[in-house]
Formats: sequence, structure tokens, C-alpha cells
Amino acid sequence: MKDDRNQYASSGRIAEAFEKRKKQGRKALITFVTAGDPDLAATERIVQAMIAEGADLVELGIPYSDPIAEGPVIQAANERALKHGIRMAHVFALADRVRAVTNTPLVLLLYVNVIVQYGADRFFSDCRTSGLDGVIVPDLPYEERGEIEEDAKRHGIALIRMVSPVSDDRIRMVAKGAEGFLYCVSSLGVTGVRAQFDTDFDAFFKSIDAARDIPTALGFGISDGAQVRAVKRYADGVIVGSAMVRTISEAKNPEEAVARAIAFTRELRSALDD
Amino acid sequence: MDGKRFGRHGGQYVPETLMNALGELEQAYDEARMDPAFQAELTALSKDYAGRPSLLYFAANMTKDLGGARIYLKREDLNHTGSHKINNVLGQVLLAKRMGKKRVIAETGAGQHGVATATAAALFGMECSVYMGAEDVERQALNVFRMRLLGSEVHSVTSGTATLKDAVNEAMREWTKRVQDTFYVLGSVMGPAPYPRMVRDFQRIIGEEIKTQLMELEGKLPDAVLACVGGGSNAMGAFHAFIPDKSVRLIGVEAAGDGVDTDRHAATITKGTVGIFHGMKSYFLQDDEGQITPVYSISAGLDYPGIGPEHAWLHDEGRAEYVSATDKEAVDAFCYLSRMEGIIPAIESAHAVAHARKIAPEMPEDSVLVVNLSGRGDKDVYQIARYMGVDVHEG
Ligand SMILES: Cc1ncc(COP(=O)(O)O)c(C=O)c1O
Repeated sequence: MKDDRNQYASSGRIAEAFEKRKKQGRKALITFVTAGDPDLAATERIVQAMIAEGADLVELGIPYSDPIAEGPVIQAANERALKHGIRMAHVFALADRVRAVTNTPLVLLLYVNVIVQYGADRFFSDCRTSGLDGVIVPDLPYEERGEIEEDAKRHGIALIRMVSPVSDDRIRMVAKGAEGFLYCVSSLGVTGVRAQFDTDFDAFFKSIDAARDIPTALGFGISDGAQVRAVKRYADGVIVGSAMVRTISEAKNPEEAVARAIAFTRELRSALDD
Repeated sequence: MDGKRFGRHGGQYVPETLMNALGELEQAYDEARMDPAFQAELTALSKDYAGRPSLLYFAANMTKDLGGARIYLKREDLNHTGSHKINNVLGQVLLAKRMGKKRVIAETGAGQHGVATATAAALFGMECSVYMGAEDVERQALNVFRMRLLGSEVHSVTSGTATLKDAVNEAMREWTKRVQDTFYVLGSVMGPAPYPRMVRDFQRIIGEEIKTQLMELEGKLPDAVLACVGGGSNAMGAFHAFIPDKSVRLIGVEAAGDGVDTDRHAATITKGTVGIFHGMKSYFLQDDEGQITPVYSISAGLDYPGIGPEHAWLHDEGRAEYVSATDKEAVDAFCYLSRMEGIIPAIESAHAVAHARKIAPEMPEDSVLVVNLSGRGDKDVYQIARYMGVDVHEG
């Protein structure tokens, strides 16, 4: 029965994934891909390949007309995916198929208006049915979480919260009662590959670690194995988005896109494990 | 209401990185608002630099021609830089100065808000970057050059539909990058709190002056106030002082482009649904999964898929009415006002003039209709010539 595999709280899968790595003395790898880029069938294969190569959690980006938190790389992926007419039904079906073959947590990254127009109750009900574990909503700050929080809770979907280097005194408030993992934004600005980070990670994570009671993951701009090595000690996991999307976008065909995702995930995994 | 909401609308739907900045802005604004020195400085600038109060002009020819309400034009087109946008910009740039910011950014559609911001930045010696959709860079080339003359950088935004909404996206992205040293001068009564309230307060002077001036000229309140609506700042500025005066009809005119029953228009309240975008809950033109739909208007300043949250609330409450005018009606009104009164209006403002032509004849002869002429039309002449099939070229 479909619902059986989702009977335990879905954010349980997120906790388990971090727990598993922690026991190994390792860090979790979170990878991001835009649903429908280069096409839906390729996305499905890319997600499965990333999981097979050691991704502990996969973020599926829902293509949006106006992704204000994204830099040029993911903006372009959004535009390509939207040209294929991607709708939520496609994404839920994709999640469904992936969930049938893996227990790795899957979360959606999307803008709040998508959830609100779909209807929050129906949205999170469909998330649960498709075996999704959480949502990251970059334009929904802590103060506005009431917009969807109850519906997410009712269906056991984690509403993943974010803190940034300028969150300062907000960190305690945001971290308290957070679910799944705490998304620690590496630097100011939008997503995108960065050559270097200006953030004082020691100070940033000192405040975060004093406030959090769930795993942390550091993301925004982490672009290769070398950067992963440089920052991995700060959090329980690292998130790689734009760099993955960029390498996929450089492929000449879906076949090559999958191969690139495999190679890049491997590079990231080994940077975390060595 | 906590000052962040207008009924169910408004709010602060922005990335975490901007939350502390919005909090600081709100606090700084509320302190400035109560500070007589700040208000005195703003009043002096508005008078000596921008030329306030703007005239309330009795349009005798138009009144006679239409045969109905006595028509007055609120001449925001006579302000320095040519539109109402300067009212808000002077307030925000003074606030930026007070907050110790040395760099301002802005989005712009028609270029009027960009020009006003570039102007104030020049006056106060601040660095200025303006974001403008690539399509608008083309149709408002004159304003692009004006901004550069004033010492601003103009960034052409090619993402999405390359118009005003994309310029807002890009300005917000830039603000997230440089939130510590940059002040975002938002150009309309939209975006996350406190912008809708703050911009409204800076534009409120329009309606306050109308009230005083009309009392002197006619000894009474107007029967109706008309204004075009993009994000809604000139309309909110004209309306706000009259909200408690229930006898005054408040009418916002949206851009109907090719017609509200085509898919080429920007009539947000007429055709939109409630959603969350650009930091606010309000009405938007969107599809059933929340994707913002491309909008269209001949007017770059009205070519926006949303509307400020206070308008959304006035609409919900039934306190203001929202109607629309097509490209063709606006161009006709543009030509009409030019010939009838010798005043070339901005194509945005021409939408309000178009609606005045529809309703004035049906109003009693002793009634008073005020049309907010939000800007002047110099910037539009080239595009209107093209629309009419006239070839205008330099020497
Ligand atoms: C002359 C003029 N009127 C109106 C507008 C529309 O803005 P709002 O609805 O905020 O007044 C603009 C915007 O560019 C403008 O330049």
C-alpha cells in the first residue's frame, strides 16, 4: 500500500540520514537539481544517480517564473524547465517514482506562491503521498511561516528554516523549533557559484551551534571538492546547488547530463569522506 | 494592524537575509517620521528642489468639451524630473542619508523612478545603480540616457519578460548581495513592509494638496479622484487623504493593453487573484500554480503583474473602484489632452485621462472630478509616434 512506506514521520527520514553519517563520523551531502532540466526523465535519472553516488538528501527545485533568491545559473535552469511546461503533478509523479526505489529523503525548493495557489493542505497532502520529506521556501521568512506551517505539520512535512550571515540575533528565534535540518546560508546574495567566502564561519556557527537542536547544513555557492573540504567542518552537511546545475547544463544531451551528475557527486562525496 | 498589513494583504515575504535590513529600515523610518527635523528637511526639499506644491489646474477646455463634471488636473508632471516619483524618492534618499548609506539602488519601469532616484543620488553625492528591463531600456531610451547623465549606472535586465517585474527581481537580488551598505529605493507602494506604508506616506502630499487647493477653488471636496495604477503610488498618494471622506469616489485605472479579455494586459485587480509575490500578499496576474503571467501595456510604468497591498485592501473593502483603459484609449487620451489643454501627459497618466473622458459627461455639472496627472509625456513622444505610424528621427 502506497501510504505504508510513509507512515513514519517523513522528517524522520531526514533525521535518519544525518544520523547515519554522524555514526560514520562523516558529513551529509545534499545535492540540488532543477526539476525538468534538461527534461523530466533526465531529472529522475540524475536524482537516482546522485543518491547512488552518496547524496544523503536531494533537493528538487520547482521551476518558477520569478526565482528571486536564485542567481543566473539556476534562473536559466528554471527558464529551460518552464519551457517544458513542468507542473506540480509532474514533480509529484517523479517523487513518487524515486520514492519507490529509495529511502533517501527528498525535499522541494520552491516559492511560497506555488504552495498557496495549489492550496497548502492539498499541497502537503500530495507531498506526503509522494514520499516527500520537506520543503525549503526561500521567500517565506520565520515571521510569515503561519501561511503554510500548520498544513505542513498536519501532513508531516518539514518546513526547513534558513539562517544567514546577517541573521545575528534572529538565529536563536529561527533555530528554536526548526525541523529537518537548519539551512545555513553561506553568504549574502543569491545562489550561485562563488570563488571564495567572506563570511566569518567560526562566528556564524558559534551562534548557530549555541541555538540549534537539529542537524545543520551549509549551502549557497559551494562549487567543488576543494571548497567542500574547506568548509565541511562547520556543519553536519553541505549543500551543493548551482555548481551541480551548471555542470548538468553544460551537457550536450541527457545521457551526458547524468554522467556529469555522477562524476560531480562522486567528487563531492570523496571530498567529504577523505 | 501592525503596520505591516492592510487587511489580509501586505506582509514581509522575503529571504531571511533581508529580514534584519527591513527591521532596521522600519525602525529608522518610524523614528524619522516622528522627527520634526527630518520632516522639515523633506518639506524644504519638496518645495525648493522639487517645486511643490504642484498646481491644481482647472481644465476649462476639457470640461467644456466633455460637458459634465468640472475637471481639475493635479499637475505632478510639473515636479522636478517630471513625475510624482520624486516625492517618494526625496523621502527615501533623505532616510538613506540618515541611516548612513552611501549607495542606493532602484528598479524602474518607465524610467521616471530611476531618473528621480538618479537625481536625488546626484544631489546627495551617493552612488546609484538602477535596474531596468531590457524591453523598457529600449522603449524609454531617453530616460536611460538621462540616468547616465546624472551619474547613475543603468543595468539592463534580460531575465524573464525583461520588464518592470524583472527589474524588481534583479534589484531585490542586488539588495540581498549588498544589504549592508545599500539602500533599496523602491518606487511604488509595493514590496515587503514597511515599503507600502512608507511610500504611501511620502506620496500622501498629493491628496493633501488637492484637498486644500480645491477647498480654496471650489469650497468643497471633489466628487471623484482618478489616477492610473501600476504599483499604485501616484494613486495611493492622491487617494489617501480622502479615504475617510466617504463621499469622494476613488477610482484607479489599470492598463488594459489590447483589452482585458485578451491575454495582453496588465489589469491586476480586474483580472488577478490573491497571491504572494515581491514580498507582499496582494492581487497578481498568475496561473493556477502560482507562476506569474507575462503582462503587457504600451506603458512601461503600468506594465506590472501586481498592485500594492493597500489598493488590494481598498478594493476588498469596496472603498476604491478599479477600472481599466486600453492602449488605444490611452493613446487617444494622450493626443486629446495635448490638443485640448496643451499638456502632453505621460502615457501612464493618459490612462486616467481616458477614464475621465468616459465618466465626466455622466457626472452632474456642479460636480468636481480630479485627475492625477502623474507625469509628463516627453519620454513617450517617440513611442507614441511609432504607435501612430509616424517616423520621428533626429535631424
Ligand atoms: C508618470 C508615471 N505615472 C505612473 C506610474 C505608475 O506607478 P505608480 O502606480 O506607482 O504611480 C509611473 C511609473 O513608472 C510613471 O512614470
